Amino acid sequence: MSAEGSTLGGRITSSTPRTAQASSRPGGTRLVPRRLTPLGRLLGPLVLLALWELAAQTGLLSPKLLAAPSTALITGYDMLANGTLLPHWLASAWRAWWGLGIGVAAAVLLALASGLTRIGEASIDSLVQIKRAIPTLALIPLAILWLGIGETMKIALIAGSVFVPVYINTHAAIKGIDIRHVELARTLGLGKAVFIRRIVLPGALPGFFTGLRLSVTSCWASLVVLEQINTTQGIGYLMNRARDYGQTEIIVVGLVIYMVLGLASDAAVRAIERSTLRYRKVIGS
Amino acid sequence: MTMPSVSDSGLATDAAEGSVVLERVTRAFQGRRVLNEISLHIAAGEFVALLGMSGSGKSTLLRALAGLDEEVEGEGLIRVPTARSVLFQDSRLLPWESVLDNITLGLDGPDPAQAGRQALASVGLAGRESAWPGQLSGGEQQRVALARSLVRRPQLLLADEPFGALDALTRLKMHALLRALVGRLRPTVILVTHDVDEALALASRVLVLGNGRIADDFRLDLDHPRHSDDPRLVGYRQRLLITLGVTESA
Repeated sequence: MSAEGSTLGGRITSSTPRTAQASSRPGGTRLVPRRLTPLGRLLGPLVLLALWELAAQTGLLSPKLLAAPSTALITGYDMLANGTLLPHWLASAWRAWWGLGIGVAAAVLLALASGLTRIGEASIDSLVQIKRAIPTLALIPLAILWLGIGETMKIALIAGSVFVPVYINTHAAIKGIDIRHVELARTLGLGKAVFIRRIVLPGALPGFFTGLRLSVTSCWASLVVLEQINTTQGIGYLMNRARDYGQTEIIVVGLVIYMVLGLASDAAVRAIERSTLRYRKVIGS
Repeated sequence: MTMPSVSDSGLATDAAEGSVVLERVTRAFQGRRVLNEISLHIAAGEFVALLGMSGSGKSTLLRALAGLDEEVEGEGLIRVPTARSVLFQDSRLLPWESVLDNITLGLDGPDPAQAGRQALASVGLAGRESAWPGQLSGGEQQRVALARSLVRRPQLLLADEPFGALDALTRLKMHALLRALVGRLRPTVILVTHDVDEALALASRVLVLGNGRIADDFRLDLDHPRHSDDPRLVGYRQRLLITLGVTESA
């Protein structure tokens, strides 16, 4: 009885200061969380890494299934130091970037053709939508028959997979050009060339960058499969050979390289995007 | 009722010295006539305010004069000067071009940049050449749009409620600016507005559209600056409100 009374009393005193709340920024309950610091974003990955290392050190995780992060780090450093890693990386980069360049160039040209002309829309767009429904790797058997098992086939398939996101996003951006800007162009008497250069292309740039960001990371993805075919160089080749020898630390090294390349490419495109589209005051970036 | 498309009706563009002629101009949306056989002559240098209720066809008429209604059914003859500019309700500045590049977009001539800088100064925004449109206020954006229209030395300026989205104070400043610039450059002006006071403050002639026809048409021979308590203006105001179907006691 007396205990109950004291709790009640405690409640009453704690609620009294709420009537007069002095603050430079009066406001209610925070409804959305505050923005994370860049370091805060790393919490998830760091926790995962710590658990992984712990599991490997305590013997819970067999190195036959997955090497410890520390082992992979040492292996990666050794391979970098003794020069075995660089030729593989260069071989992969050569394929990925050629494929990226060809795929992006083709995507932009075809997106312009189908976005700006009726004949282009009629002949190109449906074909791309069909191509989009077919997984790129499913085309490997045909690509080998047509292009052989050399570099041409690999670059063509990477270009094919890179092509789709760039085309789809650029085409959508061109079709989404503000009709009010088209009217403006007509009242200013702009010619077709000036209209495309000053209105269509800048207007389509945000869509193009969205597609490009997807492409720069995905151009590496096909390599794991493609570098099983008739090659002795490349990150994908390295990882597949490591599987045969049960060297999980090399597989982890390969995965980390893909991750670093993906994040670095994405950051590079975002930096270009920010400086190109600096007229936009985008919230949250 | 079948009506030929606008390509049959013709949009001749060699009227002399900025005058505008319409002969039996009809425009229809899905068979509903928004403009019904309108015939009209506007002399060079007139400042015409085009009034009307929502849906009375004032914007349809303006878009017909601007040549922006290819998709609309219609017939009749329209003669407008080739050198014409359009001022829209929104500024329609390209967000990715600087203020100066917006003004000189598609501009020919010996020194477009210099002409653009002068036009920008004439709307009171000298020094903002390299700003992005997104960094300007709504009123400033509309002033840049005005500079973009006037730098082309139009014989005909078509304005579709250009101040409709601005606050009342900014609108009054824009009225003074427009009147000063039009007084200097002397284009023919057709200003679509739903604001009776705006029409009375600016125009030398007032046209009222109703049911697809011209419901009223009179000249305002009053000097500037005009004071809203001028008894003649009060009379015109009364007349317009009655034509537009608004009674002040309501």
